[in-house]
Amino acid sequence: MLKYVIKRVLMVIPVMIGVSIIVFSLMRVFSPDPAPIVLGQHATQESITTWRHANGLDAPVINQYFTYISHALKGDLGTSYYTKSSVAREIGARFPATIELAVAAILFATVLGVLLGVMAAVKKNSIFDAAGSLFALIGVSIPIFWLGIMLIMLFAGFLHILPSGGRINVMLEPAHVTGFYMIDAAIQGNWDGFKDAGWHLILPALTLGMYSMAIITRMTRSSMLDTLGQDYIRTARAKGISETKVIGKHALRNSLIPVTTVIGLQFGALLGGALLTESVFSWPGIGKYTVDSILKSDFPVVQGIVLLVAVIFVTINLIADLGYAFLDPRIKYSSKKEG
Amino acid sequence: MSEFDYPNPVPLPDPSSETHLADETMALGERLPDGDVPEFDETLDEKPENQWLEMWRSLIANRAALVSLIFILFLVLIAIIGPYITPYDPISTNMAQSLRPPSSAHLFGTDQLGMDIFSRVIAGTRVSLTVGLLAVSIALTIGIILGAVAGYAGGWLDSVIMRVMDMMLAIPSILLAITLMAALGKGIDKAVIAIGLVSIPEYARIVRGNILSIKENDYIAAARVVGNTDFRIIFRHILPNALSVIIVRATLGISSAVLDTAALGFLGMGVQPPQAEWGDMLGRARGFIFQAPWTLLYPGLAITLTVLAFNLLGDGLRDALDPKSRVK
Repeated sequence: MLKYVIKRVLMVIPVMIGVSIIVFSLMRVFSPDPAPIVLGQHATQESITTWRHANGLDAPVINQYFTYISHALKGDLGTSYYTKSSVAREIGARFPATIELAVAAILFATVLGVLLGVMAAVKKNSIFDAAGSLFALIGVSIPIFWLGIMLIMLFAGFLHILPSGGRINVMLEPAHVTGFYMIDAAIQGNWDGFKDAGWHLILPALTLGMYSMAIITRMTRSSMLDTLGQDYIRTARAKGISETKVIGKHALRNSLIPVTTVIGLQFGALLGGALLTESVFSWPGIGKYTVDSILKSDFPVVQGIVLLVAVIFVTINLIADLGYAFLDPRIKYSSKKEG
Repeated sequence: MSEFDYPNPVPLPDPSSETHLADETMALGERLPDGDVPEFDETLDEKPENQWLEMWRSLIANRAALVSLIFILFLVLIAIIGPYITPYDPISTNMAQSLRPPSSAHLFGTDQLGMDIFSRVIAGTRVSLTVGLLAVSIALTIGIILGAVAGYAGGWLDSVIMRVMDMMLAIPSILLAITLMAALGKGIDKAVIAIGLVSIPEYARIVRGNILSIKENDYIAAARVVGNTDFRIIFRHILPNALSVIIVRATLGISSAVLDTAALGFLGMGVQPPQAEWGDMLGRARGFIFQAPWTLLYPGLAITLTVLAFNLLGDGLRDALDPKSRVK
């Protein structure tokens, strides 16, 4: 087991080096020269040369890469071409908004997904099963941005009960402590702000969590069906244990092991979905920032965000893999594991 | 799956009567007596026929998959004849008619530039289907080659290829796709490449996994013994047996390619105006969400139905290919 853990952790290093090379070469080698875009059409050759030198773009690419990586390891991701401010700080300022959204989305996806999945499995071939499957099918088929637009249309435009975008009413914005508005508002006793932040969170979280909800529903259903067919479930029933207890205690616990992994992986995937959700809801997180920066060719920002997201994604994968190995003692990892 | 692992071994008639006897009593996939190596090539040609037929029957017995298939054929038809049947020119603007609600003159209404949304939805079908098919073809071709090489060769080549796939998987696919778009520049041709490239790892992994399990079969060892080249073994003996899994994955892959195309279009990185594309239409009409909801309703519906149809067809194919869950 320990050998597997060490091996799995060490595998992260080459992957991250590879990711940094991929992202760096995409941004610095294959991309068009950002100078004319940043400086505008009327930039002189001289100002372009100066600008390229100031941003270190005139050095050999290999040197640029090593400079970038050595700085990145110290937490310095460079400066934005436009605002001249630190990319790390800009990302840091927007990161809590994205995490707050992603956590709300995964909570919604997990609670509803597990509930629907269990119901579908326990009442197999019933109306619940059909409804669960249909819901899951729509969840994986609907474009996330269109779902967001439709929700805004319905709840903000038609019913007027939820806000159409943004994180909070600016009048109620709490002082920044953690950057998570609901937490900040709560610890400052700003209950109107807490409520307002909550209302603003509902639609984006529903939108972002829909796809994961569908995946979790499917996974829970199949895992639960698998568990319910096991001998020990029959034994438990034969012992006269109530059905609620058989399902709630014996079956659910075991069938949630693979679901846990999926939830972990979905949390990573949400960071991708946040790009679109944040754009639809004008949510001031890193997703919207990424899209804006790409449209402006602000490459240091894009590079920093992709690297950060990759680190998070790989770490979550690692935790999910290790968690799976811990949770399920039936899995024996030999030293030769297939990738 | 097991059914596909073993082509019916009908060995060549052997002059020796002893082994001939053994042939007749031999069960599927069982090892032949030593020294007798069957030549499978001829049997491979006749094997798929009945299996594909059986699969087809099972597929059309699945009502959701059948309806999806018909809908997809309808979409293909629209994509082909679309330009000839649109009531209006999908790219001609008419400011006097902007943001008109659906009416008999404009079935789906008009957008902010007075363009007929019905015509644009029809015109967008060709873009979405073409991009979906092309992107999947790119991903499939490269993914199959990489997966086959990795799985068949093993060793360091396998490690290198799969680690590179891991690196690509370490970035959420939509983020990788828009980063690629930043490097390649805007445009629908670039979108095809970006979407195709980001889905390579999926196919490479599936192909590799299948090859690893298939190559352990005795008939592969047999094919090698009779002197087939590696290339021939991969393409003639291994890949046909992994084909069913690849087809299912590719069908589902089209649905995600259509979704990704729309997402890139929505973010303003796909087709360039005035060309009609569903995601792009949504992106540009966003500001009119309360004023003119119809501008956002129909293009989104078109994306959702298309994706839904490919998903249902993919699920149906998977069930049809799985002998255990095959509808009788």
